[in-house]
Formats: sequence, structure tokens, C-alpha cells
Amino acid sequence: MTPNVAVVVFPGSNCEQDVVYALRREGADADYAWHGDDNLGGADAVVLPGGFAHGDYLRTGAIARFSPVMGPVADLARRGAPVLGICNGFQVLAEAGLVPGALRRNEGLRFLCIWTDLIVSDIDTIATRACQPGQTLRIPINHYEGNYTPPEGVVPRVVFRYHDNPNGAWRDAAGVANDNGNVVGMMPHPERASESWLGSEDGRLVLASLVESCNLAALA
Amino acid sequence: MTPVKEVPTPGDTTPLYAALGLTTDEYERIQKVIGREPTHTELAMFSVMWSEHCSYKSSRIHLRELPTEAPWVVLGPGEGAGVVQVAPGVRVAFKMESHNHPSAVEPFQGAATGVGGIVRDILSLGARPIAVLDPLRFGPLTDERNRYLFDGVVRGIAAYGNSLGLPTVGGEAVFDPAYSGNPLVNAMCVGLLEDDELLRAAPSSAGDIAVLIGSKTGRDGIGGASILASQEFEEGSEAKRPSVQVGDPFTEKLLVEACLELKRDGLLTGMQDLGAAGITCALSETAAAAGLGVDGNLDAVPLREGDMEPWEICMSESQERMLACVGTDRIERAIEVCAKWGLDAVEVARYAEGGRLVLRGRGQLLGDVPAQALADGPLYERPVVTADRSQLHALDPLELAWPSPEEILMRLLASPSIASKAWVWRQYDHMVRLNSLVVPGADAAVLRLPESRRGEAGQPGITLSADGPGRIGALDPYVAGALAVSESARNVACMGARPLAITNCLNFGSPEKPEVMGDFAAAVRGMADACRAFGIPVTGGNVSFFNESPQGSVHPTAIVGMLGVLDDVYAHRPAVAREGDAIVLLGHTRPELGGSEALAVVHDTIAGRAPALDLDADVALVRLLATPGLGGHAHDLSEGGLAVALAEMCVRAECGARVPLDGQELWALFGESTARALITCTSDDVDAVLDAAVHLGVPAQPIGRLTGRRLDVDRALQVPVDDLRDVYENAIPALMER
Repeated sequence: MTPNVAVVVFPGSNCEQDVVYALRREGADADYAWHGDDNLGGADAVVLPGGFAHGDYLRTGAIARFSPVMGPVADLARRGAPVLGICNGFQVLAEAGLVPGALRRNEGLRFLCIWTDLIVSDIDTIATRACQPGQTLRIPINHYEGNYTPPEGVVPRVVFRYHDNPNGAWRDAAGVANDNGNVVGMMPHPERASESWLGSEDGRLVLASLVESCNLAALA
Repeated sequence: MTPVKEVPTPGDTTPLYAALGLTTDEYERIQKVIGREPTHTELAMFSVMWSEHCSYKSSRIHLRELPTEAPWVVLGPGEGAGVVQVAPGVRVAFKMESHNHPSAVEPFQGAATGVGGIVRDILSLGARPIAVLDPLRFGPLTDERNRYLFDGVVRGIAAYGNSLGLPTVGGEAVFDPAYSGNPLVNAMCVGLLEDDELLRAAPSSAGDIAVLIGSKTGRDGIGGASILASQEFEEGSEAKRPSVQVGDPFTEKLLVEACLELKRDGLLTGMQDLGAAGITCALSETAAAAGLGVDGNLDAVPLREGDMEPWEICMSESQERMLACVGTDRIERAIEVCAKWGLDAVEVARYAEGGRLVLRGRGQLLGDVPAQALADGPLYERPVVTADRSQLHALDPLELAWPSPEEILMRLLASPSIASKAWVWRQYDHMVRLNSLVVPGADAAVLRLPESRRGEAGQPGITLSADGPGRIGALDPYVAGALAVSESARNVACMGARPLAITNCLNFGSPEKPEVMGDFAAAVRGMADACRAFGIPVTGGNVSFFNESPQGSVHPTAIVGMLGVLDDVYAHRPAVAREGDAIVLLGHTRPELGGSEALAVVHDTIAGRAPALDLDADVALVRLLATPGLGGHAHDLSEGGLAVALAEMCVRAECGARVPLDGQELWALFGESTARALITCTSDDVDAVLDAAVHLGVPAQPIGRLTGRRLDVDRALQVPVDDLRDVYENAIPALMER
């Protein structure tokens, strides 16, 4: 079957078209969902894409977590369905408490749009199912606030680690998951590494993992 | 109506028109046009519309020399941006503009709103903005104020462009004492017309409604065009900070999406951005373009501050606003679309027969003037004098004492104008939208167009560059104007593309100085001659005068934004050379070092004669480089000459080069003769490259091979590539991150 993936558009999102394009290339039936909607139309999975939701005013993700669509997103997450937050989407998931921790400003206090090498450190998640343990993925980052910091006393599941930490993130964490592994937030942009023309195809493994996870969830 | 009698500040005897930047002659002309004393509001409108920035009153007479026509031009100069047909069914809009003065006063907001303004120019045609490029000029980074300006401008561009989801794919950063105190911040935007429909900045008929969409109108940016952009800087320019607008990229992003949705749904008859001169400009120009008048109600304008005077509303340059022309039967649906995006959209005027711009508010008639008169600013034929540069030209750089070639090369690579700009462009999102096949750091950016995403061969694409000479402008503005075109043509050709059209940004000092006007006229002539040689049109652009600081005028600086086309975007030339490949030098090298970067870096001087211009040679070289399938990587020879081009090639390829050139002279290594490039190819292909060069009359000489770990030029340079890279990549971070 073709999994149905909802890509949420907040006012200020700007990677939604790229994510939909890349997901469709992985065989998903991906389409947009408006932030003001209170349902996701029966989607099997949801992706919160990158951008500057609500202008990132106040604090990244701080307003977006109150968008009506976040209710059904949380419902999907509770039901064990795949939920992936990329960059700003990760920041929104963290603000909404769907993954632990927070994203602070980069250590160097500059916006960074650069390629990074990621080490897959947990393959039992919806974003890494198709990867090998310890595999290196070349995927770019594009953010000012990606310095991951866990809540006090919590040791979260780290899904990806930076080979060369670009932003001061705790234990080189580039992506983390909830306890169940079905909600993943990651700062790097897999959709930007989904074609050889763009410099790498490694991001396809992340998106393919998401699509594969929908099929597994449907079988279960 | 009440004519103006009051003066702006008690105790100040300056007439109001003068405080608004109008001359006595212009004031008298306004009285003649409207047949009476202008009201306060009318005077404010004329002052912005007739400012240098809006009316091009000093430059128009010269700009007529630029060729503007070609079979592929869909829309030439005069509206929001130029539009060209790049392939069947694919139209691209592009334009460049300056935001020099606001950036000198407040670098972050000045640069941010510069991006915002040019994006709205592209949007006004109904095109989706797809890329931004930013040519920048500052004083030396050893000075703290210049570092502050550079840092603020880069952060401002990043904050705005990144939020919009627009990749910043190119530009330049050049440093020279002439730009201390008056940096140049030019911004170019490129847009794609997603269907055949091109919106014009005019209503379709009387009765159409003018809808103001976007941000509320505030006191920010009042008189930006007339006070900031059209006057020189003096001590105490910080007092002009309230004239700098404040950007809100989030609202701009909503505005882009809302306007494109309005167009997609067929709800618009026309559209114009609000930039310089705000509502006044948008209402008068759209009405005049349709041969109509317009009846406006200032009470309807949503205000940020309730107590704004009518003249302030007319002049405000508040950002993130668009004026849409809408038929009465579609107004409700148009407002609904804007509401979905959370934007104000209100009817502020109705177009009418008769040609009068009428403004009402507070129950009063505030102004009633011919719309066309506002749009038709004065035209000046200012005195033109050719500056005497004989003393500069008298110096022969070859007679000076020079350090070793290795020392010169390392000092050049450490010079911020030549050093890697990765520190700049990694702060910009240059990847979003997934079209950037070649990103900043190469000779030109390569973008596939969304239609060509599938990765099939034979899909068209575009290449973009935005830069221009500066030092050469100080020696010979005519040559600089021509080189701005030919260098950018070479840049896009180095990616395998054909040059198609240009936009320009002409940055000069005060037009009231005859020498500045002489430089300006010469640069425009040079640009026109080069465009004719290449057979490419100028489809739009911008003139920025009054780039003066207490130290004097900036160098005559002609910047060109070049659009090139690739018939098969995936067949672009690679951005990096391959180990093992042969290196062929194309073009003729003359014994010249005048105006070179080497002379500036080593001897701290700009002197000698500008490099000889040979446009025929340039045209032939560009044709050679744009030949599909010929050779591999190519790299332009410009600042720093052959030695710097080789070093850059090695650093990017992470590989050395063995160059057994005989009889090395400094001019052969560091001279900046025009119409030259390097091309690499496999050993088997050398003959094919040489044959093609002979066929087009381009001198070509195999000079070496990419191999080993050192750049090795006989009897001149033996430097490990690691050392080249360390200096090249660390120069700017070392100055900026200390």
C-alpha cells in the first residue's frame, strides 16, 4: 500500500514543498496539511518541515505548538504512528513535549548552512529503520538554534550524532527520539540530501525509513 | 485646500520643500504643473517621486544608451523587473537594486529590507522568487566599524532571506578603503513565472479597486528615498536612523504566498510593490501606466500609529506591503485569500477616468494632481567632465620593487577580497527549494528550475552571477563598465552557460560633481558597448548616486547581475577540477599589472593603466566555454591573475598542480589581462580543446596538470596545497571571529 503522509504547513514554513517532493520520490502519498486544521485526514504519518513557523517569534516553535493541528499530531504520536520533525519541526516537537529537550542557539552564535556527517546511533526508530548501526550519513544542516540540550536528569534516545559537532549540541546529538522511537526530531535536512545532483542521497534512507515504518504500523 | 505655509521646525527658516530634498527650480516647476501652491501632502508626494532614487533624473539621459531589446526579452526596463524567456514555457524575472545608504546607517535592517524590497519587485510581476544574490563592498576589515557593518549586513541578509525560504546563491564581498563609511549593499532577486500570465503594474480599467495588502503603515522609512538615498552622508548620519525601515520577513513570506495565490486564482488585474515612496508611488504609477486617475482615501490605510499625518502616510516606506488592482466582482474573494494568510487587505482607492491622483482623508481633500506628473520626474543633463587620471596612469607597476612570487601569492590569498567567502555564504541558506546544483564558491551558481527536478537530460536551467570591478573603475570607468559585463559573461560561461541578459546596479558618488557624472557616463558607455558585443540586453536595474563619505566618492562601481541559460542543466561544467586532468590557459596575457589586486595588496595603491579591453576576444572566449561537452571544469581569470586562479583551482580540487611554465614574469602570474580563463580536460581531450580554440580564434596553451600535493610553478611557486587552503579559508574568519 502507499502510505499517506501529511506535511504540516505553518505560516512561515518554507521546506514543505521540498519534503513533499522528496517523500513522493520514496513512494509516499505525501500532501500538505494546514496548521489551522484540527484533523490530519487519516494520515498514516506526519512530518513537521523546516522553516520559521509563525516567524519563530518569541522562541523557535513556541507559537507553533499552539496551532490547532498539533492536537491531532499529538494523537498520532500517542497511537505510535510515525512523526518526524525536521529542523524547525524538531523545535516545534520539543516545545510541544513530544520529544524531550530544547534547542538553544548555536554555540558560535551564527546561522549555519553546511554539510555534516551524521552517525546513526539508534536504528530502532521511524527515521533509521532502513539504516545500518553506526552508518555515516552526509546530510546538511541549516539553522541558528540547533544546540540540543536535554531536560535535567533525562538521558534521551539519541538517533543521530554529529561527527564534528557544529553547534555545541549535548553529546553531539543531531536528532533524538521519544522513548517509543516513533517520534523523531532531527536538525539536519534529509530532503536536501535526496538526490546525487544535490550532493548526497543519504537522506533518502531517513525518508525511506519513515515510509517503511508506515507500512509496518499498518501490518501490526 | 490649504497651501503650505508652515516650516518644518520652529525657528528653522529652511523652506519645507528644501527640507524635503527639492530644489527651488523643482518647487517652481511643481507650482506650474498644478497651477497653484502645493498642499503639504502634495509637496511630500512630489518630493519622493522626484527624488533621484525614484525619478533617475540625473541618470536617465545616459541610461538610454544601454541596449534593452532582444527576441527573448518579454519585459524590459521600467517595471518591477525584467523578464526573459529562457526556454519554451519558462520565463524568468530578475532585477538588482541597491540598499547602500540604509545599510550604512543600520547594517542589519538596511540589508534585510534591501532583500525584502527586491523580492517584492519580482513578486509584483506575479513571479515566484526563487533565488537571491548579494554583491557587497566594505572598507578594510582591519577597521572595527567596517567589521561591524560587514557582520551586520551578512546577518541581515541571512535573517531575511533564510526566513523567506529563498536560497542566497551568489554575490561577492570586496574590501577597499574607498568604501569605508559608505558600504555598497546590492541585492538581486530571481523569480520564475509559473504560468504564462505576467502581471503588469496597472489596473485593467477605471472602476478597478486598489487594495493595500500586508503590514500596517508606520512612521518607519519616511523619506527614505528622498532623504537617505538621494543625499550625501555627513558626520552625524546616525540621526537619519529613523529613515531606515524595519523588516519583518515573516509577514513578507505570508505576502509572497498570498499574492501568488491571488494571482493563481485569477483575482488580480495588476499589482505593484510598495517600496521607495510607498503609497504615493504605487498609486500614481499604476494609474499613470493605465492612462487613468485614481481616487484614494488615506483614512482607510491601516496604521501602526493612529496619529500619523496624511503626508507621513503618503511618504512612509513601511515594508511588506503590496498594492493589488482588483475588479469589483472579485474583491470579496481577494480579501478572503489575504485573511487566510492573516494579512490586512483593504480598499484604499479606486481607479477613475480623468488622469488625476486625488487623495482624501479626515473629511478633507488633501491633494489633487495629475498622476502622470508625479511619475514624470524632471530630467537633468548634468555637467559632465572627464576626470584627469594622468597622474594615476603614469605609474608603471613593473618598475616597482616586488617581493617573491610566493609571498605575493600568500598575501593575495589572505586578502579578504580574494580569500574564501565561505564565512559569508554558510550563514545563508543556499539550498532550500532543492534547485541549487552549484552553490556559492564557484564562478557562478547553477539552478535547475522546478520543472526540471526529475533529473532527466535536456532540461533547461539557469546560471547566475552578480559582481563587478571596483579598482579598475578608479582608473578607467569605461573599461570597468565593459568588464562588469564581460567578466560576468565569463563567469556563467565557466559553468557552460550562454549569457542571456543582465540587470545592473550602478553605484557612484554625487551627480552634482561633474567628474562623477563623467565617470557615470563612461561606465554606462562601456557597459553598452560590451552588451552589444555579446548581443545581450539590459532588462532593468538601479542607479545609486550620492555614495559619498567624508573621505570622498566611492570608486565608480558598476555591478552586473548576469543570467545565463543551460539547455541541459545537468550537463553544466563541474564546479571542481579533477585530479590528473590537464590545465589549458585560454586567452592572451599582456605585460600589465595596472589596477591589479597584487598592486593594491603589496603596494597599497591603485594606479597604472587599466588592463587592455578586447571585447571581440571576450566574446570568442565565452563562446568557447559555452560549447557543450568541451573539456571539464573551467575557472575565470580575474583578480590576482593566473597564480590566484591556479591556487583556487587546487584548493577546491584538494589537489596540487604541476605547471612547467618557462620564464616567469610577475605580470604573467599576477597580471589581470582580460578575456582569459582556465579550462581542464583529460589528456585525450587536450587536442579537441585546442582545435575548438583555434576554430574560434582563442589563444590556448596547455600549461600543466592537476597532480600531487603542491602548487608547483617552475622557478616561481612551490607551495603545499594545505598551506594555500589554510590561508585562503581562514583569512576572513580570523578577522571576524576574534
